[in-house]
Amino acid sequence: MTLISAAEPGVYQAAEGTVQSGAWLLVALPALGAAILLVGGRKTDKWGHWLGVVMSWAAFVWGALLFFSLLGADAEERAIHLHLFTWIQAGTFQLDAGLLVDQLSIAFVLLVTFVGSLIHVYSVAYMEHDPDRRRFFAYLNLFVASMLLLVLADSYLLMFVGWEGVGLASYLLIGFWNHNPAYATAAKKAFIVNRVGDVGLSLAIMAMFAAFGSVSFTDVFANADSASENKLTVIGLLLLVGACGKSAQFPLQSWLGDAMAGPTPVSALIHAATMVTAGVYLVVRSGPVYIGAPDAQLVVVIVGAITLVYGAIVGCAKDDIKKALAASTMSQIGYMMLAAGLGPVGAAFAIFHLLTHGFFKAGMFLGAGSVMHGMNDSVNMRTFGRLSGVMKITWVTFGLGWLAIIGFPLLSGFWSKDKIIEAAFIGEGWRPWVFGLTAMLAAGITAFYMSRLFFMTFQGKEKRWNDDAHPHESPALMTVPMMILAIGSAFLGLALGVTNGLVHWLEPVTGAHGEEEPVLSVPVITGATLVLVAVGVALAWRMYWQASVPVTAPRGSLLTRAARHDLFQDDINEGLFMRPGQYLTRALVFVDNRGVDGAVRGLAALIGGLGGRLRLLQTGLVRSYAASMLAGVVILLGGMLAVRL
Amino acid sequence: MNQIHWLYLSVLLFSIGAVTVLVRKNAIVVFMGVELMLNAANLAFVTFSRINGNIDGQVIALFVMLVAAAEVVVGLAIIFTIFRTRRSASVDDANLLKY
Repeated sequence: MTLISAAEPGVYQAAEGTVQSGAWLLVALPALGAAILLVGGRKTDKWGHWLGVVMSWAAFVWGALLFFSLLGADAEERAIHLHLFTWIQAGTFQLDAGLLVDQLSIAFVLLVTFVGSLIHVYSVAYMEHDPDRRRFFAYLNLFVASMLLLVLADSYLLMFVGWEGVGLASYLLIGFWNHNPAYATAAKKAFIVNRVGDVGLSLAIMAMFAAFGSVSFTDVFANADSASENKLTVIGLLLLVGACGKSAQFPLQSWLGDAMAGPTPVSALIHAATMVTAGVYLVVRSGPVYIGAPDAQLVVVIVGAITLVYGAIVGCAKDDIKKALAASTMSQIGYMMLAAGLGPVGAAFAIFHLLTHGFFKAGMFLGAGSVMHGMNDSVNMRTFGRLSGVMKITWVTFGLGWLAIIGFPLLSGFWSKDKIIEAAFIGEGWRPWVFGLTAMLAAGITAFYMSRLFFMTFQGKEKRWNDDAHPHESPALMTVPMMILAIGSAFLGLALGVTNGLVHWLEPVTGAHGEEEPVLSVPVITGATLVLVAVGVALAWRMYWQASVPVTAPRGSLLTRAARHDLFQDDINEGLFMRPGQYLTRALVFVDNRGVDGAVRGLAALIGGLGGRLRLLQTGLVRSYAASMLAGVVILLGGMLAVRL
Repeated sequence: MNQIHWLYLSVLLFSIGAVTVLVRKNAIVVFMGVELMLNAANLAFVTFSRINGNIDGQVIALFVMLVAAAEVVVGLAIIFTIFRTRRSASVDDANLLKY
């Protein structure tokens, strides 16, 4: 395998001109929006949501200008570094806060701001009757700002700031309706699982500092070439722990399903534009570290493969439309992780799939929100059915998203996912067969569960609506973003994939790959994948369109029941970590109360008791004192005499 | 006369003094016992001085007498004060300083 390494790290261009040197506005604008809305309080209730929308779009416009200024530059000069200020200075250690606008981060900037802004617009209508809509928009803006900081940072430490900001914003948004204890718990769960990942990332940063004495991308990547493989493996694995937490990868995936507690636009934002994509970004950005650590790469690929099957299995059993979509996100991010772990062969495709996924998944989540809007906030697909007639726009836009995600020829998913499957088949030995076949098989399962979701909701034999359901199409503020996203779902892959434009664009960052051939020929892979997809769709068609769907879920097979329980992820977490943790803390409390406190108190009681006894010797009788003195002297003298003798 | 006999006398006097201190309750009598013990010690000093042909013991005896005189002044004053407040010179009655 020949690897042409990424453009020499460290040769970033200094920012020039207003557009480039104003790149900090990308982060500052949404952050300002959030600050105004949070500080302004109820006074901003009337126009607050529009401020949020404007700030988000403004960030997108600036991002687009920045993109065009990069597009105008030569391919080698498309990485721009903007120095902001000296952040930390301690002795010889100096860390500058700066932004790195390159091919990778600008792709993220455009995705985050564009999809994020559409979700902002959608939320204006979706959250219309919520008394706290302003606060919601403040958090949305905070989310976007944090994510932009995450992808634009020029050092791991500054990235960590954005990383934590994203975690905070997701916590606030998942628990937005925190008057419901279950939702508040879901928010806490997301936050705590993310902390586990964050520990990994912060340890990775410390390891980098220990190994390289610096945490900026430039220094780390420049030193990564000469660093020992062991060091890089440790750093790579720790980074992966961080990525797993943020991107809901096995074994830190459990928070994603519960995160559906947040309002639906939040789910769209978390799953499409921000949050879960951060882990993929981290792995792709840290490419130079992973190149030097094949073992860590292998672990990334394995984690991706496990997650993509895991999510697909869970997705097949969920009756909750949002949770089914969440499982599919987990699975799709698994694809991206797998591709990112393959190194230069797949990293660009990971980003490609991330972009297309951002569009179709956001579209589908917004569609799900639209369905809920019309169905009294019900999420149970067993009470939907044949909604195609009453919600035409939602039906068509969701349908395009569905076709895109299953990899229908020429739609977005077809371009990006097939490339990942092809990339998974590249390599030597057992790996291409295991990972390639896993990815291919999961494509078939994806087709099944997404078709199941689509048929149960919009098609089917009969309407299974609740009596009080009066489904209707959503207002234009909601449908227009869905339409735009649907167009993206349909054509983004074609636009970016047919000429491999995005892959070439990203090459300076991800590294170019040579002309490796998959172990199977490309047409065979594509053909087999399409056959599997067709089988999946046909199966779903027979089971959920042709046959009637019972309103109460049947008991199902053992696997179905397990999948409904998220394959017992919570039970495993509780059994392996939570309960032993509780026992440990209880044991420690016991040891503290009885052991440590007991020893201290016991000693005090012993001394006190002894003192009480000794005190009684002080009788106040002078003659007894005199007697004891005399006895003492006699004993002393007797002793001295005895020794003398 | 064997000078060791003076030591026997000294021991005897000391014992009488000590027993007086331990047995009697009246503070004045206890005080007398103390004086007896002091002078028994003086007798021993002087005796040893004679035995060793060394004047140091006699000098110390003078010092002890001096200290005893001072002690008598202070001690009697204390006993007097105690008697005035409690109408009693018994050492067992003055037992406030206890647990």
